[in-house]
Amino acid sequence: MVYELIIGLEIHIHAKTKSKMFCRCDAKYFSAPPNSHVCPVCLGLPGALPVPNKKAIEQCIKLSLALGCNINKFSKFDRKNYFYPDLPKGYQISQYDLPFGYEGNVEIESTAGTKSIRITRVHMEEDTGKSIHSGAKTMLDFNKSGVPLVEVVTEPDFREIKDVTFFAKRLRQTVKYIGVSDADMEKGQMRFEVNMSLRKVGEAALPKYKVEVKNIGSISVLEKVIAYELKRQSELLDKGETPVQETRGLRDLTGVTHSQRIKEESNDYRYFPEPDIPPITFTDEQIFANRETMCELPTDKKARYMKNCGLDSALAETLIATKGRAEWFEQAIEGVTDNKVVSQIAKWFVGDVIAFMNANKVKLAQLKLSHEMLRELVELLNLGKISSTIAKQILPEMLETGKKASVIVKEKGLEVVNDEGAINEIVKKVIAANPKVLEDMKKNPAAYKFLIGQVMKEMQGKANPQVVDKAILEALQEK
Amino acid sequence: MNQDELKKLTISTASELLASKKLSSVELTQATLDVIEQQEPVINAFITVTKEIALARAKQVDELRAKNERLSILAGIPYSLKDVYNVKGVQTTGGAKILEGYISPYDATVEVLMKKSNAVLLGKTNCDSFGFGTTGEHSGFGPTKNPINIEYVPGGSSSGSGASLVYGGGVFSIGEDTGGSIRCPASFCGLAGLKTTYGRVSRYGAAPYASSYDTMGPMARNVKDVAIVLEHLAGQDARDATTGTAEVLPYSTLLDKSIKGMKIGMPKEYFGEGLDPEVRASMEHAADVFRSLGAEVIEISLPYTEYAVAAYYVIGTSETSSNLARLDGIRYGIEGEGDTWMQKIKDVRGKGFNDEAKRRIMVGTYALSAGYADQYYKKAQQVRQLLKKDFVRAFTEVDVIMTPTMPVLPPKIGENESDPLKLWLMDAFTVSVNPVGVPGLSVPTGFAKNGLPIGMQLIAPHFREDIILNVGYQFEQEVK
Repeated sequence: MVYELIIGLEIHIHAKTKSKMFCRCDAKYFSAPPNSHVCPVCLGLPGALPVPNKKAIEQCIKLSLALGCNINKFSKFDRKNYFYPDLPKGYQISQYDLPFGYEGNVEIESTAGTKSIRITRVHMEEDTGKSIHSGAKTMLDFNKSGVPLVEVVTEPDFREIKDVTFFAKRLRQTVKYIGVSDADMEKGQMRFEVNMSLRKVGEAALPKYKVEVKNIGSISVLEKVIAYELKRQSELLDKGETPVQETRGLRDLTGVTHSQRIKEESNDYRYFPEPDIPPITFTDEQIFANRETMCELPTDKKARYMKNCGLDSALAETLIATKGRAEWFEQAIEGVTDNKVVSQIAKWFVGDVIAFMNANKVKLAQLKLSHEMLRELVELLNLGKISSTIAKQILPEMLETGKKASVIVKEKGLEVVNDEGAINEIVKKVIAANPKVLEDMKKNPAAYKFLIGQVMKEMQGKANPQVVDKAILEALQEK
Repeated sequence: MNQDELKKLTISTASELLASKKLSSVELTQATLDVIEQQEPVINAFITVTKEIALARAKQVDELRAKNERLSILAGIPYSLKDVYNVKGVQTTGGAKILEGYISPYDATVEVLMKKSNAVLLGKTNCDSFGFGTTGEHSGFGPTKNPINIEYVPGGSSSGSGASLVYGGGVFSIGEDTGGSIRCPASFCGLAGLKTTYGRVSRYGAAPYASSYDTMGPMARNVKDVAIVLEHLAGQDARDATTGTAEVLPYSTLLDKSIKGMKIGMPKEYFGEGLDPEVRASMEHAADVFRSLGAEVIEISLPYTEYAVAAYYVIGTSETSSNLARLDGIRYGIEGEGDTWMQKIKDVRGKGFNDEAKRRIMVGTYALSAGYADQYYKKAQQVRQLLKKDFVRAFTEVDVIMTPTMPVLPPKIGENESDPLKLWLMDAFTVSVNPVGVPGLSVPTGFAKNGLPIGMQLIAPHFREDIILNVGYQFEQEVK
């Protein structure tokens, strides 16, 4: 039987702040010695009180706005009560019924075009400590305790694995763009939880069960988990069984899930308003200011590149991959009004420049190629002063040395040869060496184009391709 | 200085003696420590006596004074802290066995402020564990006795703060009040005790009972001393998000104002059945004193009073059940036994909490549970709003509300052992003040036939400690 996926996501993102959510400890705990970033507050000592981090709340508001959410002008923190060794207070400070952001919407590119993913809520909470199991012993490290987390919860709107992937990548990109998080997966700064079930194609109601897979640390594992669960749940349903409503966990990165906790036994978290923190209110002006100061989001950028610059989807997507890349591109096309030129710059940048950077592990900031240099290269090309072959040939040198195209061309005598006499001579030679061409042209009139390449090769790419084209056609007509 | 002198010593007198160098802080501190040593085997007012800290600070103050440094009025004056306040390097138990041996690595804001004033810390006083108690009998470190008559309780939960001041073990003490824990022992011990406005004094570093009720405040031998200490404690604290921005007033300089024309309201709900006749008579006498001072005393009504105790305990126990969850024996306090973490935590909480703590954790957990939260926790929060409205309305009619602090005279030790509910009801007059958040001052009004003191409670609007301190002081001067 073919089933339809019903997937909702919960994503935990470490907000980028100097200090932790409710104390003054340094939030950059990664690779620090265990329990070196702790204080009475994040250790849950008696009498210690939480004071909310303003910056973290701002980050949560920003992400809420970026995901199209409404902002609760009256909000509060709540206590989520449960016992666990790495939860030092016996409760986690989170948000229950009044999250900072609610009812948002994100457009994703799906098989059948654009699709809407509804965002249920965006709320703020604190991270727990970390249990490190070693044989029969468990050790506790509270460095992570109290690090600010933004949690994004979606409605069960995903129907395809690649929709989940697209959303996850776009979300990661978005938080990095707006500076809410570095979203470094290897440091656990972004973690996914999948809520998943299957229904028969054509059914409208949500299935009666839901399987939760927690603590997924990468997008590729996320894909594997969904694929695994799709198979596992399909097989159960095929046998006429309903998968158990439960929480499942991962033991490795293969995507294979294991039963952890049956949902019926789940905790009653006894949420109630955190009495140590007064309610938080926002004015329209504050919300507006957050919206105004936010940079252009990746989705909007992409749409603008496609609409205003006439770039295709794939090219635009590559350009917006990171904010830095998009910014570099935008500076490179500054003052350029011709979309053809914009597109050329985009292609050279995405193709050769980025390939060079990847191959040589060069960052944008270290790039010796200036925006003006790339613009000049395209300009020389468009003025017919160099051929594209030469352009391709000299770009690596420009990238390595920071020398302008015009300088290299002059130094090496790579200007385009427009001298018809010289070109005609080579053309004759090439035609003589390829007598079959006339025959081939009867079947395919464009077959002669092959000869252009041959001539260019003979002339080390310096010939003006238009002149060569003309010369070949003329020479062939004479035959 | 002998015990009789120490028993009467006030901040004003002590600070004059110290400033004029007729007495050194080391002499005063040593004399006080001697009295404590002599009294403690019977009274049990202290859980920890910080003798070394006390003498070191006293010596330091004497040195500063020798150099003619400008010092606070509290400099060199011995005080104690209820054992809920964290003091770096000193055991902090909240009166509970589960925290026995826990040496705190940090100072509560209250202690930071006292240290800054160069006051001399004598030690940490006994209390009903986590503030759960009205009598001082429910400490994990044994009951405190009332030095006025050791057969009687000193009141609670800041029992040691009250009792130690009675026998001369310090000039003032800082208690903590969640439902009467400062006002009750002040009343039973014949002291002035102030429950401050919620948010007036930082809670940072005070082991909590119920976070939305807990308030920090001074206990002392007279109203003026209370006012002086408050000046040093009040104010916003960056470490406590619930502290308020209201201006800190020079309380001790505002005491002399006449209370002529002031309106004082006696809520009829507080003078009904069950009020001890001697307490009633003492309140009537106090009302006459106010009239003689030119104040107008009228009857008012706080109609939601009858729901106050129930609402108070539902919210209080709910918050407590969560606040005490951190006591799992993993990071501090006594250790649990068992093979798994769950066994250890069960063991540690089983043996570390007394029956009263267990009772409150269970009640609070129930009140917050899915399916019950609406009818208990949320309903109680609604009542709390109504109680607030009661007080707001009353303060449109009167400047101050006056009630008995306690409806009964101090009971004998062990008298209410078998009836926890009776103890909960003993708080009836003090508890409603905490959910509302307004300040309440207990001032002695006289003595019962058995020689035990009686106190009245003066209540003012939020952040108007100045009004009740003024009224209390004027009363005190008149009856002196």
